Amino acid sequence: MQKVYSRIESIVGNVITVRALGVRNSELAIVTSEGEQSYASVIKLDEDLVSLQVFSGAQGISTGDQVRFLGVPMRVSYTDNLLGRVFDGTGNPRDNGPSLSDNMIDIGGPAVNPAKRIIPRNMIRTGIPMIDVFNTLVESQKLPIFSVSGEPYNPLLARIAMQAEVDLIVLGGMGLKYDDYLFFKDTLENGGAMSRTIMFIHTASDPTVECMLVPDMALAVAERFAQDGKKVLVLLTDMTNFADSMKEMAITMDQVPSNRGYPGDLYSSLASRYEKAVDFEGAGSVTILAVTTMPGDDVTHPVPDNTGYITEGQYYLKGGRIEPFGSLSRLKQQVNKDTRDDHRALMDGMIKLYASYKESLEKKSMGFNMTDWDEKLLKYGRLFESKLMDLSVNIPLEGALDLGWEILSDCFEPNETGLKSDLILSRWPKKLND
Amino acid sequence: MANTSGRVVGVNGNMVTVEFDSAIAKNEVGYIHVGDDRLKGEVIRINGNTASLQVFEMTGGIRVGDAAEFSGEMLSVALGPGLLQQIYDGLQNPLPELAKQCGFFLQRGVYLDAIPNKEWEFTPLAKVGDQLRPGDTFGTVPEGLFTHQIMIPFNLADTPWKVVTIKGKGTYGVRDIICTVEDAKGNKKDLSMIFTWPVKKAIKLYEERLRPDETLVTKIRIIDTFLPVAKGGTYCTPGPFGAGKTVLQHMTSRNADVDIVIIAACGERAGEVVEVLKEFPELVDPKTGRSLMERTIIICNTSSMPVASREASVYTAVTLAEYYRQMGLSVLLLADSTSRWAQAMREMSGRLEEIPGEEAFPAYLESRIAEFYERAGKVRLRDGRIGSVTIGGTVSPAGGNFEEPVTQATLKVVGAFHGLSRERSDARKYPAIDPLNSWSKYEGIIKQENVEYARNILRRGSEVNQMMKVVGEEGTSVSDYITYQKSELIDAFYLQQNSFDPVDASVPPERQKHTFEVLFKVLATDFDLEDKKHVRSFFNTLRQKFLDWNNVETKSERFTQIEGEIRALYQGKQRGVDPDAEQLI
Repeated sequence: MQKVYSRIESIVGNVITVRALGVRNSELAIVTSEGEQSYASVIKLDEDLVSLQVFSGAQGISTGDQVRFLGVPMRVSYTDNLLGRVFDGTGNPRDNGPSLSDNMIDIGGPAVNPAKRIIPRNMIRTGIPMIDVFNTLVESQKLPIFSVSGEPYNPLLARIAMQAEVDLIVLGGMGLKYDDYLFFKDTLENGGAMSRTIMFIHTASDPTVECMLVPDMALAVAERFAQDGKKVLVLLTDMTNFADSMKEMAITMDQVPSNRGYPGDLYSSLASRYEKAVDFEGAGSVTILAVTTMPGDDVTHPVPDNTGYITEGQYYLKGGRIEPFGSLSRLKQQVNKDTRDDHRALMDGMIKLYASYKESLEKKSMGFNMTDWDEKLLKYGRLFESKLMDLSVNIPLEGALDLGWEILSDCFEPNETGLKSDLILSRWPKKLND
Repeated sequence: MANTSGRVVGVNGNMVTVEFDSAIAKNEVGYIHVGDDRLKGEVIRINGNTASLQVFEMTGGIRVGDAAEFSGEMLSVALGPGLLQQIYDGLQNPLPELAKQCGFFLQRGVYLDAIPNKEWEFTPLAKVGDQLRPGDTFGTVPEGLFTHQIMIPFNLADTPWKVVTIKGKGTYGVRDIICTVEDAKGNKKDLSMIFTWPVKKAIKLYEERLRPDETLVTKIRIIDTFLPVAKGGTYCTPGPFGAGKTVLQHMTSRNADVDIVIIAACGERAGEVVEVLKEFPELVDPKTGRSLMERTIIICNTSSMPVASREASVYTAVTLAEYYRQMGLSVLLLADSTSRWAQAMREMSGRLEEIPGEEAFPAYLESRIAEFYERAGKVRLRDGRIGSVTIGGTVSPAGGNFEEPVTQATLKVVGAFHGLSRERSDARKYPAIDPLNSWSKYEGIIKQENVEYARNILRRGSEVNQMMKVVGEEGTSVSDYITYQKSELIDAFYLQQNSFDPVDASVPPERQKHTFEVLFKVLATDFDLEDKKHVRSFFNTLRQKFLDWNNVETKSERFTQIEGEIRALYQGKQRGVDPDAEQLI
């Protein structure tokens, strides 16, 4: 049944209505306007009035344009040919490769049965000490990177994409600056990680509706690869743009806004995406790292606030570093007991000392006298920041732990560290001149 | 009554408009036929001959003209033996069964029997000729730890029903007819062990509601001593994300001194439910020595599951709680989080294009919240036994700001308020309940005046602390500084509790009383310490002793030993005792 309707009743924002019968909710349609085609999906039915959301925007659409219903919901191709390719929000190629249409799968599928979930158990190594040592990323975890515009969150994601020990990276870009898109592409190509990467990119100049599709496309593909045994890491940037495009759509549809203009289902919409993170028993897993920029560095803004309630912790990217205090990986306890015997103790000990360093720093800036202990802490803080916190550092977990001991031994006597004596006995670096 | 049918005329999100032909009721359950699937929904508005259904599933694929049928029943749950240990979604679908049938994903339109087909050892209590009323027991079956009472269905007319036949002692299937009753007019009803009850209607088959005057022991010090909860009472736990609401609820669900715990995971992370699902079967209930799962029911409608059934899930949970209360048991219902439930109402209200109230929540938000919490209560049943439902709900206020509609509406109707603070959780002070802002109207395990005395020190300590931030330690008097140190001691030793330590994780009331007494004596002591340096080092030593004490088994040798050390320590510096406190000791 591929009847063509050529009378559009109304055009409001990106939503058009036509009179048609037998149309399904969420069905896909093609709108042809002056030879150009765009997808649209059914969002509302009222008797024979069908409301459609036009993906490429309703700009230039005329009441005489043609609408053809396809009888299927939005889909994406799932094959190995996806690897190394770049697509837009509707699944059309962005690179010069062929478009893919075999083995189409639905996007935005049902939720995983909680009874089938398992307790997370594997860490994902990223080579970034602030993640691996202090806030370990765990397979099937969903974590946002809370940041502010101007911070290097995209370089951080690119670095994770290159270094993370996973089988597959799916990168979803929403509202990206074109330069950022090129940056990702070039970095991954030059780093040789492109062959294990699939990109769904919506740039700032693309139609808003496509922005809303990116997470669903990326996650649908990731979920299938995971079911086929792959360990998939989904990187999304930036979820605030996603939420903003939801806001835009909701308001054009005359929905009552709830908080700062965002629709009432913001929480549910974010959750249904983030909850796609899962570890399939006997198969692969989906892990989600998503950048969420906080407008005005305000964590109580509806987007980061709702995100925080959904995700399992957060990384704060501030001043070009992953902030050790605000950041939290709620699942790290599940894995950091099995890495190395000194991991937990060293993590806690170093953070406590770093907190003391911050206090000393404050005292110093207020003009107080610095004691010997303060001086030691200041030295420690400087070393900690340059050797471990810097984002360009790339060392495996074990190397980072050893480095941690080295920094401690450069600055302190063993009994000043507050670490247990048996650990100190086995791990404290032996100096050559001892 | 023939079932009403209809056809779909409109779809908007999960709201489907249906044109129907004869009579339907508000809150009646209807099904939409999509291909081979039947999607369940609830009538929430009727206008002329069209009804708006809130569909509990994703509505993709529905067409105008699709058939709809109405069941003639309100949204109900099945009640009967076999509910315990189950894991349900918001509509009482057993999730593990669903997983067996459908695999990893929740397939829409699959509805399974809530109560497993099992055989039970039935013992009749009624005889032929007995006159029974709805809610009266006519037999029992053993369900794990409990004697599950088989009652005359609550939904029968509230008149005497005469037992016509009843099966003898023996093993019967849960759905077998085991009893027949008839009313005065001769209408006969066949009864099995199962009947249904509409979730949105409170069960009121009791003689009277009592004042909640018995403390519900949670084995969490700050709650039992400072902010107690009562059996049959209500309390709420608002807090920003990461403040430990869920961890606190899990602690409570493990240790609460009640017969049955019902956990309603409503719109929260699936991962957290998984922890309960995997941990509970392994954990042993200290009271009974059996697996914790045997006293637990989990209703799990996590954030990515359909919103409409999230709205239903808290009602499902409270109905199951009321059912077990009718057996004279004490039930604790933990709802996490009521904000997600309120948001589900908001989403529906938006679709219905109702005029929004504050923050777009519907105008009836407050009355719905009040209605829900009022289903808690301690009751005397007709046969004199006492049963109770206690409700504890978490609230997730936007931005951690308690001035929002859900928190405020909840505070009006609960008996205790455990407000979690970001400051305390950032400082890793768990449980992060703010001891000064929170309140409780119930009686705790320790004498009110003594707790007030301690609370007063906390209050003054916090004032001194504020002052010290301005004038520095130098500008503070020694006596103020001692008050501050005393308040810090209460906080470190008594308010904070380590849920990972085997001893400290759950503190029985006797131990709380004992340790509080010792602490109280320290608080009442007028110390002979000359300057702040001495004060600090003295309290550091004292605090360390107290903290060590927390990790030692009660009544062990080491326990008594540390107690002696503490006593020696504070008595050594004692100048006198605060006269106000002396009479309280």
